Amino acid sequence: MSTQLLLVQALNGLQFGVLLFLVAAGLTLVFGVMDFINLAHGVQYMLGAYLGASFAAWTGGFWAGLVLALPVALACGLVLEVLVFRHLYDRDHLSQVLATFGVILFLNQAVRAIWGTAPLQVPMPELLTGGITLMPGLQYPVYRLAILGAGLATAGLLWLLVERTRVGALVRAGATNAPMVAALGVDIRRLFMLVFGFGAMLAGFAGVMAAPILSVEPGMGDTVLILAFVVIVIGGIGSVRGAFLAALLVGLIETLGRSLMPDLMRLFLAPSPARQAGAAIASMLVYIAMAAILAVRPQGLFPVRTG
Amino acid sequence: MRTRIRESALPLLVLALLAAAPFLGFGEGWAMTLLARAMILAMAAVSLSFILGGAGLISLGHAAMLGFGAYAVVILDDAGITEAAVVVPVAVAAAAGFALLTGAVAIRTSGVHFIMITLAFGQMAFFTAASLAGYGGDDGYTLYSRTSLDGTRWLEDRLVFHYACLGLLVLSLLLCRMLLASRFGRVLRAAKESSLRVRAVGFDPYPYRLVAYGIAGGIAGLAGVMLANATEFVAPSYIAWQRSGDLLFMVILGGVGSLHGAVLGALAFVLVEEWLGHITEHWRLIFGPLLILAVLFLRGGLAGLPAQLLGARNRG
Amino acid sequence: MAEPILELAGLQKRFGGLAVTEDVSLRVAPGGIHAIIGPNGAGKTTLIHQISGTLRPDAGRILFGGRDVTALPLQRRARLGLARSFQITCILPGFTVLENAALAVQARSGSSFRFFRPAASETALNRQAMSALEQVGLAGRATTPAGALSHGEKRQLELAIALAMQPRLLLLDEPLAGAGPEETERLVTILRGLKGAYTILLVEHDMQAVFALADRISVLVYGRVIVTGEPDAIRGNPEVRAAYLGEDDA
Repeated sequence: MSTQLLLVQALNGLQFGVLLFLVAAGLTLVFGVMDFINLAHGVQYMLGAYLGASFAAWTGGFWAGLVLALPVALACGLVLEVLVFRHLYDRDHLSQVLATFGVILFLNQAVRAIWGTAPLQVPMPELLTGGITLMPGLQYPVYRLAILGAGLATAGLLWLLVERTRVGALVRAGATNAPMVAALGVDIRRLFMLVFGFGAMLAGFAGVMAAPILSVEPGMGDTVLILAFVVIVIGGIGSVRGAFLAALLVGLIETLGRSLMPDLMRLFLAPSPARQAGAAIASMLVYIAMAAILAVRPQGLFPVRTG
Repeated sequence: MRTRIRESALPLLVLALLAAAPFLGFGEGWAMTLLARAMILAMAAVSLSFILGGAGLISLGHAAMLGFGAYAVVILDDAGITEAAVVVPVAVAAAAGFALLTGAVAIRTSGVHFIMITLAFGQMAFFTAASLAGYGGDDGYTLYSRTSLDGTRWLEDRLVFHYACLGLLVLSLLLCRMLLASRFGRVLRAAKESSLRVRAVGFDPYPYRLVAYGIAGGIAGLAGVMLANATEFVAPSYIAWQRSGDLLFMVILGGVGSLHGAVLGALAFVLVEEWLGHITEHWRLIFGPLLILAVLFLRGGLAGLPAQLLGARNRG
Repeated sequence: MAEPILELAGLQKRFGGLAVTEDVSLRVAPGGIHAIIGPNGAGKTTLIHQISGTLRPDAGRILFGGRDVTALPLQRRARLGLARSFQITCILPGFTVLENAALAVQARSGSSFRFFRPAASETALNRQAMSALEQVGLAGRATTPAGALSHGEKRQLELAIALAMQPRLLLLDEPLAGAGPEETERLVTILRGLKGAYTILLVEHDMQAVFALADRISVLVYGRVIVTGEPDAIRGNPEVRAAYLGEDDA
């Protein structure tokens, strides 16, 4: 495999990782601060994509679509919070898993009912079409670089917010020991809603950005959800820094694995079985990595919880 | 003693109804297939309830055990082997073996990490099944014939199949109940309430949990054999994580900590799903919220419902 | 002394920069009650954790019956006969009082990988469990779910479970914590009755009880054992008095 191809795949991996981070960040904070397992976080991502696609089609422009989609996605998230999630904060994890599972079923079907089952096409914004030459012989799509840039910028912003502001300190404290924070007189309910809403918006933002390059269809949130959970478990629940590193790692493993595995298997097997075995092993790589990391560090790479 | 009889009344009634069902208007082909599927999933749900309610292990990958049993049937069928004396032990051993291997790693963790690891292993099984092009891959595999006993294709008779499923369900219930009441079960149940207390008197919970996990896997594998026979078709979708979610739901619907509750939960789930499916194509729009409401309000599950209702009557 | 049932040699435990256990050495003779006392913050809890096996010391050794158990986990030490009771009671609320004790008996009565007979029907286990309950006065509550017990009864159950293990050493973690005067008297009577039959290492804050029960006392201050000796010697020791200055005990 040529270096250029390897670099392209590595960049793809990082770009996918950055999208995963945007979804995982909200998930890890919600789980860390509120001890709430939200399986329905994936549908926030899906809603972002669908809303972005619809508003873009309606206004004729990607950017208008993005600007309209974000607040609506946030509103949807808050509605879910009020109707379903807030009744689950005091319940055990199993109940949370199952209730949010019900939310997934409902919203996937709702999306099917409203938009149909066929994947939606979302045109790329004109400003970001085409490719640029990073190296001789290496062309890379501008849009994907834009995603990478936007994602890193958001990560930086998130870091600033969490590490350098008072609210961020409260969130970090809440992720470490929520009952203690509540006992100190902080309005924990408001903090919950803030964390939840912000996480929902991040996931929606990831969905809007992913829409032009990934397939916008019902159930698109489910695969991303599972990978996001893998990310936060590897990174350490409640840790945004952990989620960032783990997301990049998972993105790279997924992307590089899928492109390299079949070739690797060709060293041992004939072309056809190599392709099959390669594809199978590639899909398992992330989970093998997670199991291996948990075997050595059962709390993840950057564990946060003490309370 | 009186409470014991009262507790057993509902499940005994349900089992009796299941036994009489073919003669109570459920004799049509589609109805028998539906009931068979309900009883098979009930068997898997009972094995999940055993480790969930009995040992506190929340597995989001239990569908993979079913899958191992079903795919054992597939692989042997492809090789021309349908004799139950071979198929059943292989399927059960395969499923139990997978459970022991994955459990050895998973049971070192707890809480959400355990849920995630079982999910991960379930996904691995799913992707492996989808990549088995020789056995249908993503599209699935149609069996040449059902499992036979001593050469006779006994399972092709609907009535025989119905009672075979019922019989296996009852056996699973009895087995799990016996296990939970034994010395082994006592350690499991105690470890679920307090791992620290159990260690403080000298038990390491790990080997007990691992053995329980393996047994549950074996039972689910056996259910998988029946599943393959029921539809004569096996696809990787049987191992999707959403199917594991369905099984968890059946257990909680029936009432965590109640083995026979899992039977009630499975029956309710399968029947409601079927009924709603006839009403509208968008049945999940109703099913999803039903799930949510059940989780929010049915605290003791269906198994606890009679007690809840009786209690309300006595007070009112 | 005769071979000590428990020997701590140079135990060391730091949390960050703070030394919570500093070069702790002591010996517990078989039979009788050895008490560990100390003002708040002395590190009693951390020391108990290290002796029972829920915390690993950074340095030093723990010898139980002459055997080095420093690297052994909690359940292995329990099997060797080290029974610990917990200050925050750690009973099984869903099990009956009898079953709580029966579990402890089961642990030392052969393999628990038995799958067929109902455990509740094993009369031998029940008999021994009942006898442990009688020793603490809980026999009348045998069929009550443990979760329904009062605080005091839970404390008694903690002790009964430890006794049911027929231990070589009873490690009691502040068994009188939060007990009213009547209950304290009851528990002290029970403990006095156990002397001779069991070796007890008692970590306690209640000075009256300690001086009434103990044969030997070790005083722990800021992680160090400042003195070990007979109750009278300890009572008159100026360092001990200084350590407790401001505390309303003794």
